[in-house]
Amino acid sequence: MPFGLLKYGFAKQYPARGLLPQATELKPRYDVVIIGAGGHGLAAAYYLAKLHDITNVAVLDKGYLGGGNTARNTAIIRANYLTPEGVAFYCESMALWAGLSEEFGLNIQYSTRGHLTLAHTDSALRTARWRAEVNQHLGVDSELIGPDEINRLCPSLNMSRATRYPILGALYHRPGATARHDAVAWGFAEGAARHGVEVHQHTEVTGINVRSGRVTGVKTSRGPVECNIVLQAVAGSSSLVAAMAGLKLPIRTIPLQACVSVPMKPFLDPIIVSGSLHVYIWQTARGELVMGGATDPYPLYGTRSTLDFKEGLMAHILELFPFLAEARVNRQWAGMADMTPDFSPVMGLTPIENYYVDAGWGTWGFKATPIAGFTMAECVAGTRQPQLIRPFRFDRFDEFEQVGEKGAASVGH
Amino acid sequence: MKILHCPLNGPRNIQEFVYGGEVASMPDQDAGSDSEWTDYVFLEDNRAGLVREWWLHVASGYWFIAERDTSSDKVLRTYPPDQPFAGGGPARKS
Repeated sequence: MPFGLLKYGFAKQYPARGLLPQATELKPRYDVVIIGAGGHGLAAAYYLAKLHDITNVAVLDKGYLGGGNTARNTAIIRANYLTPEGVAFYCESMALWAGLSEEFGLNIQYSTRGHLTLAHTDSALRTARWRAEVNQHLGVDSELIGPDEINRLCPSLNMSRATRYPILGALYHRPGATARHDAVAWGFAEGAARHGVEVHQHTEVTGINVRSGRVTGVKTSRGPVECNIVLQAVAGSSSLVAAMAGLKLPIRTIPLQACVSVPMKPFLDPIIVSGSLHVYIWQTARGELVMGGATDPYPLYGTRSTLDFKEGLMAHILELFPFLAEARVNRQWAGMADMTPDFSPVMGLTPIENYYVDAGWGTWGFKATPIAGFTMAECVAGTRQPQLIRPFRFDRFDEFEQVGEKGAASVGH
Repeated sequence: MKILHCPLNGPRNIQEFVYGGEVASMPDQDAGSDSEWTDYVFLEDNRAGLVREWWLHVASGYWFIAERDTSSDKVLRTYPPDQPFAGGGPARKS
């Protein structure tokens, strides 16, 4: 890699790299149709083709590649969850993340920053200690640290005791990272296409054909397509697509807003999250501060931004970093988050034969992109629920076996 | 500021209210099957378009029903819960 990079650096010309082949006509039949050309759907296509030799696959999207929640998240990657099921799953994801740039031959700007979840109350400290213990038990690098260590890691943070919510400690997760979200989607798309997968953008699925409890194909804006297997990976529209197949999901779709500041000189190395203050903030390589908080107070299929949200967010950001009072917001946006009752995803087999869901990704989907694709590919290829995602199965609600991740996923996305 | 019309208290800032979930009828307490209860407790229609849902005015502890378009975020009307449930028992999902 270093030599390749050097050679590239000294090259005289940099021809544009066409990542995807020209779009073709839809074939009348595929083995697998994946609805949604976002990170998850493309990752599933990539691993299906690469590891399971299933290449007669079409990835359909009503918009453009990676234009949904893949483009709207705030790109934080971590494994410091609360339940053993969650920690094991996201830990595997981080192992995949670390090798993606090399695997794609495309720089996804994976950047290990360290991740601090601030605790301002005794109960938050207790949760932080709980998470640290569960994490360490499963080999994830997390520990509870005090104010001195926080100050050393992030000198710009306001550690004064004279604030409404003074910082008492933090859960420090050393491997916490960020990555370039578009690059991830394009990396998976290019890799999948190289193995023969077809990616059809601007191809909306308008219906799903189910005959005697078994999926047989989909209707699209470009005509009908027959297939053996359908996988839906449409964060933000999961309930709407599932309804076409006659499925009802444990999901409420609620907007999650975020914004970035104008670029400024680098001062913030780690990712900072505060569950009590409902904020998270980190600084990108080009100097913008990425900021966000909790989801909106009620469901909506829309991506509008609100002043209410911004006012609440900024008030708390200024408690942590008072010197940002003059900083301006550069962009704002929202994504539609498919929230589940237990803050864990819904993955794998469904009551409809050969119909698979990768849904319920609420505010925690980006970091799971590689492992969600990996395990969904395994699930589709083997027609059984892989062990790693067994806890997230669709029928866990029938059995009252929820995986409660609210403590680790509600704000620190 | 977004305004919601409370049937009891009139127009108020939406921040005074809490969303309480889709209006759905509760399964029969004795005869309801497990899957009916799972559906009632966990599953959501989560439609894009006109929906009926529960809202709570927190300050007065008053529950009511709103008809809202979840695509445009427009509230079409709000009314007291005794209208749809007059004569029957409470069938509320919260």
